[in-house]
Amino acid sequence: MPYFLLLPGLLWLGVFFVVPMVFLLSQSLQTGTLETGYQLTFHFATYSDAMAQFFRQFLRSFEYAFLATVLALLIGYPLAYAIALKSGRWKPVLLVMVVAPFFTSFLLRTLAWQTILNSDGLVMKFFRGTHLIQLTTALGWTNGSQLLSSPLAVVTGLTYNFLPFMVLPLFASLDRLDPRLLEAAGDLYASPLSAFRRVTLPMSMPGVVAGTLLTFIPAAGDYINSRLLGNPNTAMIGQTIEGYFLRINDYPTAAALSFVLMFTILVLVSVYVRKSGTEELV
Amino acid sequence: MAGPAAGNDPGDLVLSSLTKRFGPFTAVDNVDLSIPQGSFFALLGPSGCGKTTTLRMVAGLEQPTVGEIRIGGHDITYDKPYRRPVNTVFQSYALFPHLTVWENVAFGLKRRRSEQVDSQVADVLELTELQALAARKPAQLSGGQQQRVALARAIVNQPAVLLLDEPLGALDLKLRRQMQVELKRIQTEVGLTFVHVTHDQEEAMTMADTIAVMNAGRIEQLGAPAELYENPATTFTANFLGQSNLIRATVRDRQAESATVALPSGTLRVPASRLPGGVDDVWVGVRPEKISVAGEPVHGEAIPAGLNRIPGAVVTDASFMGVSTQYLVRTPWGQELMVFEQNRSSAGIHRPGDQVSLSFAAEHTFALDAGQDAEAGIDLDEAPS
Repeated sequence: MPYFLLLPGLLWLGVFFVVPMVFLLSQSLQTGTLETGYQLTFHFATYSDAMAQFFRQFLRSFEYAFLATVLALLIGYPLAYAIALKSGRWKPVLLVMVVAPFFTSFLLRTLAWQTILNSDGLVMKFFRGTHLIQLTTALGWTNGSQLLSSPLAVVTGLTYNFLPFMVLPLFASLDRLDPRLLEAAGDLYASPLSAFRRVTLPMSMPGVVAGTLLTFIPAAGDYINSRLLGNPNTAMIGQTIEGYFLRINDYPTAAALSFVLMFTILVLVSVYVRKSGTEELV
Repeated sequence: MAGPAAGNDPGDLVLSSLTKRFGPFTAVDNVDLSIPQGSFFALLGPSGCGKTTTLRMVAGLEQPTVGEIRIGGHDITYDKPYRRPVNTVFQSYALFPHLTVWENVAFGLKRRRSEQVDSQVADVLELTELQALAARKPAQLSGGQQQRVALARAIVNQPAVLLLDEPLGALDLKLRRQMQVELKRIQTEVGLTFVHVTHDQEEAMTMADTIAVMNAGRIEQLGAPAELYENPATTFTANFLGQSNLIRATVRDRQAESATVALPSGTLRVPASRLPGGVDDVWVGVRPEKISVAGEPVHGEAIPAGLNRIPGAVVTDASFMGVSTQYLVRTPWGQELMVFEQNRSSAGIHRPGDQVSLSFAAEHTFALDAGQDAEAGIDLDEAPS
């Protein structure tokens, strides 16, 4: 019976996933306060109240996460393509550079963006000099005369922080692409552009799906970027959950929000995976 | 643009002083070839001889350093691969794994926005007996089936020239034999020009109308299979195409019809037409299956008069192989010759240690300039490419 080999994994899953899940679900249906203790009362109204109150933060989270994912894909695909197919002997160096940000903490990297985007920085000077700031403000991406504390800054931060999660799976699928298939496409009258559309892109779809999932899921739940680079009007749902758990100490509301977030992501992801039809490709 | 006369035909493939250098290494060295439309042409040579590079230049996957490639008088030397009327059957097949057999075959037609994709694909799938597999993905096919898809995907486009890069290399022997026959049938049926690159001399001889033997980037010899086999012009061809016994000899007496050459002991006659002019030091060659073995002492009519004879030889090894027996025979001067003899005589096979006389017809004897390496081309045909 080789099934006992599954035991460590199942144990891990049980202790670190199933038990906390059950605990969280139960917490979300309890009533009470931290001082008086919580009672399981199957108080489902917590869900409707929380959703009514924080629907905008939910929507904003998915909007920002979606934008960051699209941007990361647009930046990450050419990058992964270049590293996988055009970098020659520089490939390992470039790969290390993609992963290098992980040697610093997530928090520090996000704080660094405060410096990059602050009012005395080069980026701000560029935006002011080219009057781009007026355009972004008109579009509602920035507020007035600064880049920081704006939706633009939050989405930039999210894009930056999750870019490696996009690049690595894309690289893995593009690196596996047999260059002889591209020769064959050229031999069969496909121009380079057509060969990309008909061969490279479909063959890299598993990487696109994996990369977008790995970017979208954590970005939707992130609260560091919106906290450090945004303002109260850019608050994402992760920020609300964090606040309700750690500062307001309203555990049931926080647990309910966590559950809704998780469930929504689960639904979105399964629809996405089914739509992109990549199950058999992966 | 004064090409060879055949170059005026509408679909002839003509290579003129084609050269490809990779840094200091010359892969293809000043090759001139004219391949008539509709022929089955084989480029035969050991791995590294430049045959695949030549093919890739025709396909547009490599740029020639020097030279010109024309199809039907039209210069395609610098055309992009996707603009050439040429399709390739790749050694690795390079089938698109994300597309079905049908979509793989339709790929080229769709890129050219062909009108009747459906009917053309259906015709080719029928020709290659793949109709039943049209909906499968390449990963669900056997090696032989993948090979047929690769072929179907190329011929459906009706290219002026079809290039085949070791197309049967990955198949096992039995399937390879079967596909050789199939390829030849399909070529006859569709009437396209096939240029077939291979290191397998048997494969080349089975299928091709004309073979160009390549060695070290040059065309060593060009001709019909039987002509190359019977009249090798170089030691390389003599050894690479089949096997040859090469014996060092000196030309003694040249006459109109034939010449006498002196072996280390004894003499042989060589037809004048098969003797290189101007040199007296030669390799005298004879194919193993042309030699007869007779036990010594030779009785009466066992060896008809007029044949070349090497008496006083000793059998050193005899391998019975069913239809024939393969002998190694040591000549009086100590060289071992190979002999294949059909098992037709009732006398049974000779045993190692037997004293024998070797005989073969003068017209089966050829002579090559002794300036060449007698070992050239030996044991190269089994090298993986």
